[in-house]
Amino acid sequence: MISVDITSKSFDGMPVLGPISFRIAPGETLALVGPSGIGKSTLLRILAGIDPEFEGRVQRPGALSMVFQEPTLLPWRSVLHNLLIPHPELRPDAARTMLARVGIDGKETLFPGQLSLGQQRRLSLARAFACAPKMLIMDEPFVSLDPETAETMLRLTEALISEHHPATLFVTHDLREADRLASRVLTLKSTPSGAVLGP
Amino acid sequence: MAASRLTPVLSLASMLALWVVAAGLTNDAQILPTPWQLLPLFAQEFASGDLLTHLGATLVRVLWAFTLAMSLGTVLGLIMGRSTATNRWLDPWLVIFLNLPALVLIVLCYLWIGLTEAAAITAVTLNKVPNVAVVIREGARALDPDLDAMAKVYRMSWWTRQRHVVFPQLAPFVAAAARSGVAVIWKIVLVVEFLGRSSGVGFQIHLHFQLFDVAMVLVYAFAFIGVMLTVEWLLLQPAERRSRRWRTA
Repeated sequence: MISVDITSKSFDGMPVLGPISFRIAPGETLALVGPSGIGKSTLLRILAGIDPEFEGRVQRPGALSMVFQEPTLLPWRSVLHNLLIPHPELRPDAARTMLARVGIDGKETLFPGQLSLGQQRRLSLARAFACAPKMLIMDEPFVSLDPETAETMLRLTEALISEHHPATLFVTHDLREADRLASRVLTLKSTPSGAVLGP
Repeated sequence: MAASRLTPVLSLASMLALWVVAAGLTNDAQILPTPWQLLPLFAQEFASGDLLTHLGATLVRVLWAFTLAMSLGTVLGLIMGRSTATNRWLDPWLVIFLNLPALVLIVLCYLWIGLTEAAAITAVTLNKVPNVAVVIREGARALDPDLDAMAKVYRMSWWTRQRHVVFPQLAPFVAAAARSGVAVIWKIVLVVEFLGRSSGVGFQIHLHFQLFDVAMVLVYAFAFIGVMLTVEWLLLQPAERRSRRWRTA
């Protein structure tokens, strides 16, 4: 069980997040929605352990993966090494299988800059699922993709989540995406003491 | 393409032509010999072994100073670029050392440490460290925070982060610091040798300066320029091309 009990989070004295508390069961998928700039990405960064400066407590598993808004790949390393470097325990043949699973087999030796944006996002997804994460965090993973590619990526993500069953929290502005992937939707709303969960 | 390759050759040829014209106008080999008047002197110094001995001595000093200046400057620049507090403390020092004339540092090192090899290399290193630090600090400030976050999420070890995330981003800055470093360091090494060593190209230039032997000054200067151009073309440029391979793939 992943438990989040944040009392507050502020930047330079300006409150960004107020009291926020929720749980995610193993295998459960939660969507986080709310207006732009309200603090959704800040909440994800706290959950992912990127931002440790907050008041409160977060319990998360060690095996955690994240899909960022941008693919966030290592442009100077090959496609295969973009899987092997973050997961040194992964065998090269297992990495190749993962690349094939997300539909970019045969591109192991290319650099990320030689892939299309859709392929880069597939690689980012492969990196997230390569070591069977217990928790998956996604920050608007399908943003800036054309509708057809976004639909393909959504289907692929759905399939990978159902294969690996991680506890998942993802940010989206698209309620259709939230309905498709999530069993629960959390909404952030603004208050003077920072964003809190709404009804 | 062929024209762009021909341009540097034509440029060097015009420089050579200018030299020949200037030598013809002065008409005094003691002031400015022609390029072909240097060839027998070059052969003579090479055959006697003096040229290689002194080139070797200078090259060893350049290598030591370069290695030390790049290592210390890179670490310092990286720390200053990543930590605002450290940068606030060390920036005034950096400004002072950047504006301290090379000659002052050389003289002080010789006065405090003595006319030794250690003093010579220390003086050159201290002259170059601030420049390297400034360039690397800019590189460290330009590091992508998203890649940092990715490395954190995937729990990369410190060494993996430096090798695969940080250093490739710094590589263009390191290459720029290295190329300008080599060019500046060998010039300072010559001054250090001129003032306080009994070997090296700078020492030979000092010797022939006292004898007012312009030809021998040019022989040693051009010999070392040749060595440094070889280092630039055979080592630095290929290394830089390799580090940028992913951009052009």
